[in-house]
Amino acid sequence: MESQMNSSNGVETITAETAIDPKPVLMLAEFATADGLMEAAAGVRDKGFKLWDCHTPYPVHGLDAAMGVKPTLLPWIVLCGGFFGFSGGLLMQGWMNAIDYPFLISGKPFFSIPASIPVAFEMTILFSAFASFGGMLLLNGLPRLYRPHFRSDRFRRATADRFFISIDGRDRQFDVDSNSRLLQELGASAVEVIEE
Amino acid sequence: MKRLLETLSPIVRPELTGGAESPEIDNTAYSPDSRTPLITGDNDNTTITDKVCGIVENKPTIGWWGFFLLAFSVLGLLGVFIPFLIFWGVGTWGVNNPVGWGYAIVNFVFWVGIGHAGTLISAILFLFRQKWRTSINRAAEAMTIFAVICAGMFPGIHVGRAWFAYWMFPLPNQMELWPNFRSPLVWDVFAVGTYFTVSLLFWYMGMIPDLATLRDRAKHAVRKVAYGALSLGWTGSNRQWHVYERSYLLLAALATPLVLSVHSVVSFDFAVSQIPGWHTTIFPPYFVAGAIFSGFAMVMTLLVPARQFFGLKDVITLKHLENMNKIIMLTGMLVGYAYSQEFFMAWYGGVKVEKFAFINRAFGQYAWAYWIMVSCNVLSPQIFWFKKMRTNIWVMFVVSIFVNIGMWFERFVITVTSLANEFTTSAWDYYSPKLADVMILLGAFGLFFTLFALFCRFLPFIAMSEVRGVLAEQAQAKARAQQQSSPESAAKPAAES
Repeated sequence: MESQMNSSNGVETITAETAIDPKPVLMLAEFATADGLMEAAAGVRDKGFKLWDCHTPYPVHGLDAAMGVKPTLLPWIVLCGGFFGFSGGLLMQGWMNAIDYPFLISGKPFFSIPASIPVAFEMTILFSAFASFGGMLLLNGLPRLYRPHFRSDRFRRATADRFFISIDGRDRQFDVDSNSRLLQELGASAVEVIEE
Repeated sequence: MKRLLETLSPIVRPELTGGAESPEIDNTAYSPDSRTPLITGDNDNTTITDKVCGIVENKPTIGWWGFFLLAFSVLGLLGVFIPFLIFWGVGTWGVNNPVGWGYAIVNFVFWVGIGHAGTLISAILFLFRQKWRTSINRAAEAMTIFAVICAGMFPGIHVGRAWFAYWMFPLPNQMELWPNFRSPLVWDVFAVGTYFTVSLLFWYMGMIPDLATLRDRAKHAVRKVAYGALSLGWTGSNRQWHVYERSYLLLAALATPLVLSVHSVVSFDFAVSQIPGWHTTIFPPYFVAGAIFSGFAMVMTLLVPARQFFGLKDVITLKHLENMNKIIMLTGMLVGYAYSQEFFMAWYGGVKVEKFAFINRAFGQYAWAYWIMVSCNVLSPQIFWFKKMRTNIWVMFVVSIFVNIGMWFERFVITVTSLANEFTTSAWDYYSPKLADVMILLGAFGLFFTLFALFCRFLPFIAMSEVRGVLAEQAQAKARAQQQSSPESAAKPAAES
């Protein structure tokens, strides 16, 4: 169960009723447009926040720069997956047909590179794809089914037609009063605090 | 034509389709200084979300139930005839001594081929930045998965003793012998297995943001839990989008050579053998072109009715359909070129048996099948030279059916004619299917349409998050155009979308 209250400065607080000693864990600021979000994101970035994020219903171009997101490691993970698949594919074929059970077909060599390419190629793609998908989950910390964000009813529209900035309660600069003022100055149409 | 429309109108009555009616807007006009809008009508993020989620959230219509139950009962044929086949053995099929590859292989190649359009649309068009893919990629990818499921079933039952189907996988048999990796049939297992897995990952990954939308709109507890689990806790965080987009790009880059390799490897099943009519180097590109051709036709067959039933005419617009028709025409001509090159090479190569194989193909005992194939695949798409025809819903639907039929016959012609009349004349025979062959083919269609009906009902039919990106670009382009035409009244471009 949730309880909501409005404080005088227009900031809503959402608290779990079961919480014994509620502490703010997250701040959410809603924006109506992607442009508004982009400007606000640059503002939050310039204040030196670290544990914060933007939430958009589609990937907004230019937001990475506005937030200062660094390039991801993912391509290197995928490269490793590809190497693993290719060498694993070759080794598997060589070991199975030439070492574990030498298998003579029409006097052909037990192991030859050209005949092994199709399977090695498919294995390269397969393991690169696993690395790409698995690496994406790993780097994004997914699956993680519960997030404090989900306590907010307003946030449900983050996957449809609204744009949000969230500031994590563990950020060193986290402070309900000053942060909500900052977000309102940056043009947020609503600011919420989630307590747990 | 008008009368035909009137007779057919009861099937698209609004009470059957859940009141989803939207007008047909012609956005196919070409203008050099502005881009064609890919999403027509007065749509924004809110309406698109409502429209696409509505398909899943509203009660299923009578039309959907009718389609689903029909498909499901046809699927029942598999439940009867596959046990029948396993119990009695492959004698229940029409395969005979020269023609050991009958319907099962024809159907396998047919279904794998259909699967190619989905990955082409989602991966290759993505790399080429063809934005029109966003409206159709989800359904096309779903179609791919279902077609590959149908395809995968056939080798499993084709082995005859289905309990030994595990011999296809890299597992030792009872004599501790491994599969022979110099055989194209084993390459095929790896190619099709990889293709299915990668297509599934690609499809699922693309759906995560849209599943999160469904989760956030869900009212019912079961839906909340199901979509909640499937969306993995996605919050649309930009740090996640960053990694996600990179991963999606990499998957597209991986799927592109994969999709070209899969039908190439399928063609090796034929080309690496020495049967006249099969042993040709043109097979890999010829098979890939045919696969894309048949896949696009199947996408058309599914989407033309679907956009009507679900009221998605402003998302899957005439422009999308016209683009697909152009691809159908292009690949149809590629396939026609391959047919002619086969004949040329048979003559130019000077190998007697090869020459015979092709003359026999066109004028021998299977001439009827050959000419069905040519008229459906080469002639029927030529109608798309005329814009009026390639923007006409009924014409494109009928042509797509023709192409589906023609591409099935292509595989029939390749597989059966070469085997029925190969080197030794004393071994020649005529192959014709038996009841079980036909019923298993029908059952595969039942499986395909059942899965597709369930997909329409429970998963997001349109890649909403990608369409929102297209809408944002469209809004920006519109604002820019307004700014240019009236510099005084230039307001700040509203990129809200």
